[in-house]
Amino acid sequence: MSALQFTLGIPLLSSVLLALYGQRSWAATLNLWAAGAGFAASAWLAWGVLEHGALGGGASQLYIDSFNVYLIVLTAFVGATTALFSRPYMAQEEESGRLSARRLRLYHASYQGFLFTLQLALSTNNLGVLWVAMEGATLATVLLVSLYRTPEAIEAAWKYFIICGVGIALALFGTVLVYFAAAQVIPDPEQALLWSELARHSAELEPVVMAIAFVFLLVGYGTKVGLVPMHTWLPDAHSEGPTPMSAVLSGLLLNVALYAVVRVKILTDGALAAHPGVHDPHLPGYLMMGFGLLSFLVAGLFLHRQRDIKRLFSYSSIEHMGLMTFAFGLGGPLATFAGLLHMTVHSLTKSAIFITVGHASHIAGSQGMEQIRGLIRTQPVVGWGLLIGTATIAGFPPFGVFVSEFLLLSATMAAQPWLTLPLLVGLGVAFAGLFRHVQPMVYGDLPEGQSAVRANMWPVAIQLTLVLWLGLAIPAFLAQWFDQATLLISGEGLL
Amino acid sequence: MLTQLPLYQQAILTLAAMILFTSFALLAQQRVLSMIHVFAWQGLLVAATTVLVAYDSSAHHLYFSAALTLVLKVLLIPWLLHRLVHRLGIHRQAHTVAHPALVLMVAAALVIFAYYVTLPIHQLAHSITRNTIAISMAVVLLGMLMLITRNKAVSQVIGFMSLENGLFFAAVAATHGMPMVVELGIAFDVLVVAVIFGVFFFHIRDSIDSLDVDRLNRLAEREP
Repeated sequence: MSALQFTLGIPLLSSVLLALYGQRSWAATLNLWAAGAGFAASAWLAWGVLEHGALGGGASQLYIDSFNVYLIVLTAFVGATTALFSRPYMAQEEESGRLSARRLRLYHASYQGFLFTLQLALSTNNLGVLWVAMEGATLATVLLVSLYRTPEAIEAAWKYFIICGVGIALALFGTVLVYFAAAQVIPDPEQALLWSELARHSAELEPVVMAIAFVFLLVGYGTKVGLVPMHTWLPDAHSEGPTPMSAVLSGLLLNVALYAVVRVKILTDGALAAHPGVHDPHLPGYLMMGFGLLSFLVAGLFLHRQRDIKRLFSYSSIEHMGLMTFAFGLGGPLATFAGLLHMTVHSLTKSAIFITVGHASHIAGSQGMEQIRGLIRTQPVVGWGLLIGTATIAGFPPFGVFVSEFLLLSATMAAQPWLTLPLLVGLGVAFAGLFRHVQPMVYGDLPEGQSAVRANMWPVAIQLTLVLWLGLAIPAFLAQWFDQATLLISGEGLL
Repeated sequence: MLTQLPLYQQAILTLAAMILFTSFALLAQQRVLSMIHVFAWQGLLVAATTVLVAYDSSAHHLYFSAALTLVLKVLLIPWLLHRLVHRLGIHRQAHTVAHPALVLMVAAALVIFAYYVTLPIHQLAHSITRNTIAISMAVVLLGMLMLITRNKAVSQVIGFMSLENGLFFAAVAATHGMPMVVELGIAFDVLVVAVIFGVFFFHIRDSIDSLDVDRLNRLAEREP
């Protein structure tokens, strides 16, 4: 268990340390080293799980199986690369006078606290603790959204707080209902919320209660996934907070919220399948497909009318989260595999894009897309980063996003052929929406007096290379891993 | 039917009805201070229910949750709100509700909806839990309604906290409380939420010179 303790302990400890000493000059370095060490610990953990199978479970409060372990590694990895980007970026923000040392202390402590809550949400076996950790993730980031204290930032943070607060409250109601259903089946009240126990008894759970609970949990955690129509906090929070925060919100928080929905879906599916005739056994799947498709299409249209570069890419996040929700809703091994792969490639690509966007807005001195022009001539590495990142997220071959979208399309073609049409149209609309904005930013006329900034593009290069690699050939151990998770979620493996 | 129930179950049902009543009172209340007081009363009723359930089911950890509710929801958070309202100088302000009659009719419809949803649950056919689950769902929905219809930050916070009361009531009345780890976690989160709300009041006032959240409208999607 020691690797797991390190994975959880390092961010928690460093969050406390940074809350106390975060105004010192070495705070950013500590943040970086802590995130790096967290990644090392999570890799160690993953290696153990790969060798010896699932960890914990039974009566234990922690449970690591093939589904959450890869998300733990992904979270720690993106956390580390974003910390690498955050150090020079936040130093520049401090130099330009937008932030004081005290605010930076808040920033660093919250950054590690946020990583801790995400890892806790992923590794816990207890649905109640999962809820507490998800709420903790909101609380850790809400003051970061208002970090710049402009009226817009305060508005964004207030919306984030209220909308996600209500959402998460609905999720708690769903959790109470699950507990209510479980209390009739599992005698020990301390174990009645443990996921591994619930999964073992899922066929005995009262189906009506589970169906109501699932609706509350889907709407609740779906608010944090950014599903339309509960998405309105997302573009605001992403555009007004500091850029490293946008990268981890988009790349990690949304994934973890979706992870929570999928976990509950497995239980509800089990309960409904065992009691045919009470509800349609595909109810959870249909609900997720509906919400997913709606988010995907609406966000694709909203891409066209954006004027702020960070808002543009946060709508793109909503679009992709919709696609993943649709994939998990569709069910079946192929779609589930595609959903898992898409989670990985989206969070790698999107955090890379936000890092590039951070540099681009420093170059132009504004987040308005009309002010950002001629990036490829001012600083080629940033221009190319933005161009390749956008091509990746739009689903160009040979990148990984193309592969997962292709898999999803084939699965849809087999299961619900009519739905391929809106999916293809949506992909086209989103593609046009992204490129009509990105093309002039990269190639447009060079404004006068624009100069290059100190940029650290290593995280972008590493992440996009990984996405390219996943698009060309998924390494055997990773495919095996996804396959085990697919087996867990959909009941049958793909390979 | 009702008189055949044991005395304590009748008491729980009465308390549930009163909690629902306080939710309606919050919806219609126009003065900030009265709103805080009604909210504290609601907390007290939830705490009383918790004690009753704890006594009846001899679930001793519920006494602890009852004490936690009493301290947090009845004393600490109302006191914090009181102090904030005085420091912000808005304690005499009226928080008007647009279309109060319509709001209350929607509220009544939500209560009926909550009962309608819980009706088909088989394992509840002969127990008071159906009532308590329906009422707690109604309190949650009314809290959301209050969040939607109010435009002042303070009343939104009270709506949010009242929603939280509904959740807590559901956990106590339907399932005799949650596991201890979870309850501690939830209490901690509620406390942090209250503190952050307090911080926000000052931020909002500093940025727009008022706590009227209707004026937080710069980020809406509109025609370019």
